[in-house]
Amino acid sequence: MSGPAPANRLVVPVVVLAVLLAAPPFLSSYVLTLLTQSLIYAIVAMSLDLLLGYLGLPSLGHAAYLGVGAYSVGILTSRYGAGFGTVLPVGVGLALILAAVFGLLALRATGVYFLMITLALGMVAWGLAYRWVSLTQGDNGISGLPRPDVPLPWSLAGAIPFYYFALAGFLLALGVLWLIVHSPFGMSLVGVRESETRMRTLGYHVWLHKYLGFVISGGVAGFGGVLWAYYNGFVGPTDLDLSTSVEVLLMVALGGRATLLGPALGAGIIVFLKNLVSVYTQRWLLILGAAYIGTIVYAPEGIVGAVRRLSEATEPAPARPEA
Amino acid sequence: MGKKLTLGVVAALVLAVAAAPPAWAQKGPIKIGFIAPMTGGAAQVGKDMLNGLMMYLAERGNEIAGRKVEVIVEDNQGSPAVALTKLRKLVESDKVHVLTGGLFAHVGYALAPKVDEYKIPMLYPVMAADDLTQRKPSKWVVRTGWTSSQPSHPFGEYVAKTLGYKKVAVIAMDYAFGYEVVGGFQKTFEENGGRVIQKLWAPIGTTDFAPYLSQIKRDADAVFALMVAVSSLRFPKQYEDSGLKAKIPLIGGGTTFDEFVLPSLGDEALGGVSPLIYSAAIDTPINKRFVKEYRAKYGKVPSYYSETNYTAGRWIDEAAKAIKGDVENREKFLAALRKVEIPDAPRGPIKLDSRGNPIQTIYIRKVERKDGELWNTVVKTYPAVSQFWTYKPEQFLKDPVYSRDFPPCKYC
Repeated sequence: MSGPAPANRLVVPVVVLAVLLAAPPFLSSYVLTLLTQSLIYAIVAMSLDLLLGYLGLPSLGHAAYLGVGAYSVGILTSRYGAGFGTVLPVGVGLALILAAVFGLLALRATGVYFLMITLALGMVAWGLAYRWVSLTQGDNGISGLPRPDVPLPWSLAGAIPFYYFALAGFLLALGVLWLIVHSPFGMSLVGVRESETRMRTLGYHVWLHKYLGFVISGGVAGFGGVLWAYYNGFVGPTDLDLSTSVEVLLMVALGGRATLLGPALGAGIIVFLKNLVSVYTQRWLLILGAAYIGTIVYAPEGIVGAVRRLSEATEPAPARPEA
Repeated sequence: MGKKLTLGVVAALVLAVAAAPPAWAQKGPIKIGFIAPMTGGAAQVGKDMLNGLMMYLAERGNEIAGRKVEVIVEDNQGSPAVALTKLRKLVESDKVHVLTGGLFAHVGYALAPKVDEYKIPMLYPVMAADDLTQRKPSKWVVRTGWTSSQPSHPFGEYVAKTLGYKKVAVIAMDYAFGYEVVGGFQKTFEENGGRVIQKLWAPIGTTDFAPYLSQIKRDADAVFALMVAVSSLRFPKQYEDSGLKAKIPLIGGGTTFDEFVLPSLGDEALGGVSPLIYSAAIDTPINKRFVKEYRAKYGKVPSYYSETNYTAGRWIDEAAKAIKGDVENREKFLAALRKVEIPDAPRGPIKLDSRGNPIQTIYIRKVERKDGELWNTVVKTYPAVSQFWTYKPEQFLKDPVYSRDFPPCKYC
């Protein structure tokens, strides 16, 4: 974020991307589905990173936008047989609208109060999914959703094509968010995080910056939700509950705030830990908990943050205006 | 030396051919994928389920149709999304031959389309959502358990005719299982002259019932309660404490008083009448043996979760035997699973109807104290009850599935 990135900073992402592109034929289909799941969660985690990392606003209601995106798929495809071309803009659009409404309410507060309000709003969305039975089929959820019908020469029903589809979605979300955080607008978001009063004196409209950040974050999470519903073929109230929001928050904290790729890494780690460790022990929650505590104690800036700190300690420190 | 060796090899070959086991014996073990909540709020229920299955397999020396059996247990934390991930793992990574398990109805609805997509047979020993074998049947799901409303249909008639209650107030958990248990009861109860005069819905996990108990209409002849899990533990005590138990008898759905909660309840549960597909107190030699051995092994009385999974193990066994262990042929395996009839399960005779739900005995049970313990004494049995009770399936299926508003509360 500080001036031109050194070339070696690009090496790791490029290698990771190459591995992600080349990996599928070598992986078992189960690992591939976990990887797909990680990519989709990574989208949601990165969207939260825009709020938490770049704006310093910890939201505990992010599952609501994921849910709106997912339910758009569920309701539109199961009732109206809508195709991907309709569902995607509607899902993202509704998530944007929901975030626009929630933002009006939530941005009246900061810090722990912001956390409480987003938590409450998230529960409202969960409550609607749970109780508005005529629309959402309540507790039973909507199942049997087909894979997206995109005009591509191959079907997305298989694990590998859908993986590439999710990967494309992930890169799109990453690209959009990367452009945003590196734009002057993104820089001013960081400014708002660091000192609202200073930004205000400089003539920035602080509230509007926060509001736009909030809405964009919700829209991207909605995009993740659309993919999530297509991936699972199912959407239910559990997708919107508090534990989903908390999990996404932990992904961001684990990977490293304000790094975009950190939360994506966090998403991958948590998805794989959850599913692989649980094969070996029923006490996998303990291990997950230990991983969280370890991160908070030893790497409060997250994995990517810790790696950067270590690598910067060995190199001449570049100027970091946001620090 | 060389000659001896040759002879030995020939002899071994001859022996091997002579005693050649059928081809299938050389295949690996039969793999059963088991999905249930093993952590979180419902972990104990998941444990009961797994115990039942493992007990059956242990009795068979972990062998089915001449092949070893391997059970792969996956925890879904009670969540449908996690269950879907675990389903993928079991099918794609572990290459299981058959799946079983599942607790909550919404998990059942989420899994069914995926099970059809994978074309792999899955048993539903517990998940009871009505529509899985009614309006939204699934080819590859073999329900060996029950529909939520199945025990309620005879119970409605029993309450109206035998217990003679005319007006009943209902308090139930606010989700699909609650709607279906209550709906089935209301339908037959009102057709037999009874009146449901009130329906109160409490969210799942409610532990403080004071606000609901104060609303209960005091002119009811009985209160029908449908509780699950933690609510089952709290409700009877609070019902007694509110002074209602002395005035209005408590009846309910099977899970309100099932064997899973009875050991944690006291005198407040005495006299509770409820219907279910099982009671640990069923007085048959088969069930007595089952209860005795389950207790010896796990130190507690089996619940219906244990029984249904025990029987699911038997179900897989019978089907695999019928096709001589050729479980790799999934179509054949599925057909065999659908044909299984068990005349002597601990819960009584079972066979599937044309839509794939068991026709089985429904037990009306009353909580009584025997040798210091609470038991669900069977007070009446309704043999061979189908999910459609006495209705014609076509007629029955024209109605919507039981919900919060169906049947409507005409006398509220």
